[in-house]
Amino acid sequence: MPKYVIVGACAAGTGAIEAIREVDPIGEITVISEETCPTYSRPMISDYVSGKADLEKMKTRDDQFWQKNAVQALTGRKAVSLNTTQKTVALDTGDTVGYEKLLIATGGKPFIPKMEGTNKDGVFTFTTYSDAERLAAKIDVIQAKKVVVIGAGLIGISVTEALVKRGLQVTLVELQEKILSLLLDAKSSDIVENAVKKAGVNIVTGQSVQQIVGKPENDAIVGGVVLTKGEKIPCDLVIVAIGVIPRTELVTGTDVKTNRGIVVDSNMRTNVPDIYAGGDVAEAYDFILNQNRLLPLWPLAVLEGKIAGYNMAGKTTDYAGGTNMSTLKYFGIPIVSIGLANPKEDPALEILVKHDAEKKVYKKLVLKDNFIVGMTFLNEIERSGIVFYLMKNHVNVKKFKHELLTENFGLATLPPSLRKRMHIGE
Amino acid sequence: MGCGLCEVYCTVQHSKSKDIVKAYNREKPRPLSRVRLEMNKPVSFAIQCRHCEDAPCAQACLTGAMRRNEETGLVTHNQDKCMGCWTCVMVCPYSAIKIDKEGHIIAKCDQCTELETPTCVANCPNSALECKEVKP
Repeated sequence: MPKYVIVGACAAGTGAIEAIREVDPIGEITVISEETCPTYSRPMISDYVSGKADLEKMKTRDDQFWQKNAVQALTGRKAVSLNTTQKTVALDTGDTVGYEKLLIATGGKPFIPKMEGTNKDGVFTFTTYSDAERLAAKIDVIQAKKVVVIGAGLIGISVTEALVKRGLQVTLVELQEKILSLLLDAKSSDIVENAVKKAGVNIVTGQSVQQIVGKPENDAIVGGVVLTKGEKIPCDLVIVAIGVIPRTELVTGTDVKTNRGIVVDSNMRTNVPDIYAGGDVAEAYDFILNQNRLLPLWPLAVLEGKIAGYNMAGKTTDYAGGTNMSTLKYFGIPIVSIGLANPKEDPALEILVKHDAEKKVYKKLVLKDNFIVGMTFLNEIERSGIVFYLMKNHVNVKKFKHELLTENFGLATLPPSLRKRMHIGE
Repeated sequence: MGCGLCEVYCTVQHSKSKDIVKAYNREKPRPLSRVRLEMNKPVSFAIQCRHCEDAPCAQACLTGAMRRNEETGLVTHNQDKCMGCWTCVMVCPYSAIKIDKEGHIIAKCDQCTELETPTCVANCPNSALECKEVKP
């Protein structure tokens, strides 16, 4: 019986394998993965569609990763049920795998809203390599010209850029009034929106798609969408990029506690002994909101997996937490946006903004009692890491907060005592 | 003293020609210095990748381009795997990662492994830079 069983071989699963091996070089590890391809970068699938990356470039670890770490990889298999008393996981093949320590890192799946036409040929989601592979092939086969992307979040924007690079005409439909509304405030969203429009994308906000319709000659094939207000947009393909929901099915009917995702403590343990969870399926700690929540982000998934791995292998380690933190590279505008970057009106919050329209630079800090709780840096992002450090380490910035947004801000601007703490070794 | 020679030597070391005149005048785009002179008079010092043991950049990297080499202890960046997502830029507490705008990737200190001593250290006229292993 393997000592460690990991369900899911993506970001969190990989982080866990590496952490376990740091602590325990010999304990048997089994990984169960539905995907047959090796561990690859999901955020890179848009580069696959645009033609900028192939699978080789997308691999996040070398081909011997599993062998080197003495991992038994059961690929192309699905874990279908869990018995927490027997401590076994049942596979779709009928086999069962026993575990001493189990990590559930099943990730998320795309959310598809209930509407007519989602079963038509030409409707895609966009989270995995196989999604990207099928989409790229489909574009070639049917010589697609027009695409409707539903959802202008990170995934929607990334696939839109890839499609534009391939020469397709894209309509981006977003239910909110602004694109990237979970990450950006109105001002920065407008800057991105202008760049996206300039690239030839038709943006529709404040509306959704109510129905996907077929082509006149064949109703089973995507021919267009009908927007909430009734307008019809003809297209050859529809990409649903509204968001992901945790894949908690494995624990359904067991005593593993779930909320929207699987509930974990600071060691990434679930309420059931010897069962851990991490990545998009888990609700992990947000150090800005001071509560656990879903944060389906790649770097946090790796880290959560790593923390789970340490604890599974017996090295007690606390997760310091993450927050809503993303970078964007699309349409030529580098952006870093973290925490409460777009908060609701609140007299307790102080907002500092620098906007240089000529240089196309926008920087914003959100402070609470002189602690940074949110930030957006747009087009001038090289020093954002220092600011994130101040945020994450809960540094009072009262004495130098106005310097933080200046062009020349850097480590030398920080108080000497703080620089000493950071071990800069000046 | 803020002379900035570390940046000059780093630029040359990471140029194709390894020649200061050619690197500055002819190579387009001009190669990036991976060391940055931080200045806020009277304070000035050079900062480059600290090759952190628990490197946040390697941990956060979306593609596996940024890795810590367990044998050498160096944090290495594989340009061929970099997708220019800027995640490492966001998480580096020293902001020691530069953006290569032309190449749409990042650039950072590689500690001049082909040299005995990193060029910024070897050529600092005031011996202000040294390369040593420290435990935080």
